[in-house]
Amino acid sequence: MAASCSANRAVLNNCVKLQIMCNRHHCGGIFIRRIWTTRSKCQLQSKLQCKSAPQMVGVVALEIHAQIQAASKLFSSSRVGFSAPPNSHVSFFDASLPGTLPVLNRRCVEAAVTTGLALNCKINTKSLFDRKHYFYADLPAGYQITQQRVPIAVNGSLNFSYLVGRKRNEVMTKSVRVRQIQLEQDSGKSLHDDQRSQTLIDLNRAGVGLMEVVMEPDMCCGEEAAAALRELQLILQTLGTCQGNMAEGQLRVDANISVHHPGEPLGIRTEVKNINSARFVARAIDYEIQRQIEVLESGGTVLNETRAFDSKTGKTVPMRDKEGLQDYRFMPEPNLPPLFVYEGLASVPDGVDPAHAVLIDRLKAQLPELPGVKRMRVMEEYGILPEHSFTLVNEDGLIDFFERVVQATVMEPRKLIGWVIKELMGNLNQQNLKIRQSPVSPEALAQLLDLLESGFISSSAAKVVFQEMWKAPEKSVEQLVKELDLGLISDREELIKICQKVMDAHPDLLQVIRGGNKKVLNKMMGIVQKESKGRANPVQLINILQEMTS
Amino acid sequence: MLSLSIKEVSAALRDGKLSATELCRRCLQRIKKTRHLNAYISVTEELAMRQAQEADHRMLRGKPLGPLDGIPFSIKDNFCTENVETTCASHMLRGYVPPFTATVVQKLMDQGAVLVGKTNLDEFAMGSGSTDGVFGPVRNPWSYTSLYRTHNPHAADPDSDWVITGGSSGGSAAAVASLSSFLALGSDTGGSTRNPGSLCGVVALKPSYGLLSRHGLIPLVNSMDVPGIMSRSVHDTAITLKVLQGVDEKDSTTVKVPDPPAAALPQDFDVRDICVGVPKEYHAPGLSAGTLREWNRVAAMFERAGAQVREVSLPHTQYSIVCYHVLCCCEVASNMARFDGLQYGHRSAVESSTEALYATTRHEGFNDVVRRRILSGNYFLLKQNYERYFMKAQQMRRLIAEDFRRVFSSGVDVLLTPTTLSDAQTYRDFIQEDNRTRSAQDDIFTQPVNLAGLPAVTVPTSLSSRGLPVGLQLIGRHLQDRKLLAVAHWMEQQMDFPHIHIHDEDEGDVEETESARQGHER
Repeated sequence: MAASCSANRAVLNNCVKLQIMCNRHHCGGIFIRRIWTTRSKCQLQSKLQCKSAPQMVGVVALEIHAQIQAASKLFSSSRVGFSAPPNSHVSFFDASLPGTLPVLNRRCVEAAVTTGLALNCKINTKSLFDRKHYFYADLPAGYQITQQRVPIAVNGSLNFSYLVGRKRNEVMTKSVRVRQIQLEQDSGKSLHDDQRSQTLIDLNRAGVGLMEVVMEPDMCCGEEAAAALRELQLILQTLGTCQGNMAEGQLRVDANISVHHPGEPLGIRTEVKNINSARFVARAIDYEIQRQIEVLESGGTVLNETRAFDSKTGKTVPMRDKEGLQDYRFMPEPNLPPLFVYEGLASVPDGVDPAHAVLIDRLKAQLPELPGVKRMRVMEEYGILPEHSFTLVNEDGLIDFFERVVQATVMEPRKLIGWVIKELMGNLNQQNLKIRQSPVSPEALAQLLDLLESGFISSSAAKVVFQEMWKAPEKSVEQLVKELDLGLISDREELIKICQKVMDAHPDLLQVIRGGNKKVLNKMMGIVQKESKGRANPVQLINILQEMTS
Repeated sequence: MLSLSIKEVSAALRDGKLSATELCRRCLQRIKKTRHLNAYISVTEELAMRQAQEADHRMLRGKPLGPLDGIPFSIKDNFCTENVETTCASHMLRGYVPPFTATVVQKLMDQGAVLVGKTNLDEFAMGSGSTDGVFGPVRNPWSYTSLYRTHNPHAADPDSDWVITGGSSGGSAAAVASLSSFLALGSDTGGSTRNPGSLCGVVALKPSYGLLSRHGLIPLVNSMDVPGIMSRSVHDTAITLKVLQGVDEKDSTTVKVPDPPAAALPQDFDVRDICVGVPKEYHAPGLSAGTLREWNRVAAMFERAGAQVREVSLPHTQYSIVCYHVLCCCEVASNMARFDGLQYGHRSAVESSTEALYATTRHEGFNDVVRRRILSGNYFLLKQNYERYFMKAQQMRRLIAEDFRRVFSSGVDVLLTPTTLSDAQTYRDFIQEDNRTRSAQDDIFTQPVNLAGLPAVTVPTSLSSRGLPVGLQLIGRHLQDRKLLAVAHWMEQQMDFPHIHIHDEDEGDVEETESARQGHER
């Protein structure tokens, strides 16, 4: 999770920076050479602007396989677990023993309907399953059960926003059409041992439920696709229908890419398969767009082929032939009756147990607040900036943490957002921790902020205490403040004592102040604060100093 | 003792006149004596004796599990049985021991029935003769009656002119007909239970699609396969159906039985309330004179008894063979894709590449019949062919089903048809044609029923001029299996069909028919 988030941010950062450069150095020759090696949409465009021919643009569609978060597989009762010992979660059906039959897992259907609703899809109340045939060692039945003819959800859209601009504080909003969401089985895993020329098969993943989200070619570059992917990932995580961990393969991306001149028919597309991080999605797409443009510009033709992204070289390469043209010999799955879901209780026919029926209106009512809505809400409710709303909502669990702090402290949300986004996230990222692993609880942070807000400690002292809380979470905030002796000095006598000491040590400054240069008073205050380790109550201090120097 | 009905032998077991172990031992002996029939692929002697002993314990405590407790039965070797080899009569599954038991088999065992063995078939149930399995052909027990031998001078040598059982569940039919099992399960995709049932002179039911679980039945055509029931009387079949039917959560295509009544057969059946349809399209080329005569005789008999008998039309019947052929090949191509030698079953020694391993494994593992169907099926399913073949066949299938629906909604309760074109052929004649041609010829009366998912039962009606059984088929409305059996029961009672008579078990000698009961033989 954390890894892919930060990766994604890095992509955005990278692109945004380059865009700024584009604006500044409009088509500088040297600049082109430089962007050439780093490959980004923005650079591509700037390069093309130098050409006299009309600009070619990329057209991108994503097909995303999302593993359904469920206790058991799509058609069998074996458990789903990522790091289980090989072949420990394999039912007779998963191993395709003859005579076994698929039994549909209702939880997977509900997940697909829920996801369809969140993506504004039309839910097909009757959908069908099909067999897709190909021989592969990790596909034990010789076919995959999928939904080719009538999928469970169609005609939706994914709305997403991302940040652009110099300070990454401008919000760009886009919408991509979702053609369909289909339920299908995952395959097992093959492990090739080239030295001993053998292949090891792990069927733990075989038969795990997938939702394939098929998007229309509505995107134009890697940055956009990565942002769409990131938003989909967030939505799925919010819904609880997919854990969305790309490193564990819970979310896998195929990108269909072509280039054309705007207004002309779409070009021949290639498919880059199985990209396993948002960052790579952006890189693979931008590389592929550039490659296709080059091919066409040099008079060649783009082949309709399947390609793979090599993350080491940053290039896409054609996949081996057998992955190319295949006739999947689709056929209706005869062992599964049509899949019916119902609008509501009233539309469940006699003979169907309502307790076992999938009801669209019930799932709709249970939809949680989606990320886009949540960002708008937190901006309005807490008066925070758009970029802060992105961080709050995009980091798993951060918004909950934030809202708990807000509830527990007297400090205003607008003022405390920095503490959560800079101090807390900074520390977490540094130690590679998730939010729910934070040693500092929202309540403890709230206590600290209360002390700060009430003037009991200074802002700089609060930062010191925060670091100590991190190291010693078992100690209370008051205890730490006491131990570190960081409480503000508000005792008049003590303050006078310190001021006197400083004035004695700097008679020259005192003279200047008394001579009428009140600006130097600030310098004097700084020295006093340094002497008191920042503990002097600033309001009292200024009064005392004014009295003593007048 | 072995020729008793289940009802009779069950009563004897309860009354203590007979022990289940004794009964089981007799059946096992019978299996040994009839080994030349090649009806069984494996005999589960140890398991059977253990189950029989358990049945006896229950009998002694006066707590039998039901009407099937202690009753020896056998199953076609395409039903999975935990810890018992399941071969489908194919090299591909030789030595394959499944880790689970088919639902229908488990249900019989849960009722105390005693599994004596697994029966022979055509490889993966593809055939209509029980001649195309790796364990060799099954011989029809009626080949060894003195009646058949006297009527067929060439049959003097029992090893030359024996007749086939029909198929593909020929082993099960032979087991029931030769009295080594009181009950057997077959599978029926295009007639595989009814065809051998008819040729071996036993009652064979193909239940409505969805009534019995297919879980654990190694599939031929999923959308048509049903477990079939073979026994020596309609009543025995009805008892068994009652035990086996019902929803199985492991098979999503099973359906709820509409209000299962207590009695296996209705008590208030009156043939005068019945309308019998006789489809005119079933006057097919190749229908033997003897079978046609039987068909007419029984139709007249219904009429005389007060039933309404009327000619009906099923106009799309002629297309069912080709429609079946396309759909069957497509599903076969798909279902057989799993046999790649990786997880289970035969694996070739050629391991130069994964593709080579697949190819040689599948070449070595499957016979010509299976390979041809896989090839055709994959051809039909190719993108450029799909509409021309598979879609067309699906459309035709709907039209055939619609034919039946129309006839049944016009007031017809059952259809009366022949089951096969003629009595059993000799093996020598049968193998003159290839499997594809034979299946097309032999299944024409049975296949349409599978396309429509309807229940159908064949009941033996008489012996032919060659001394071989002839059966007629009754087809019922969807899920009206019990009513269908009620009609079949009435018909059976009018027939006086002879059982194979066991002359003297101790001598292990030839079987003979009770010539005294062959009044209708001409």
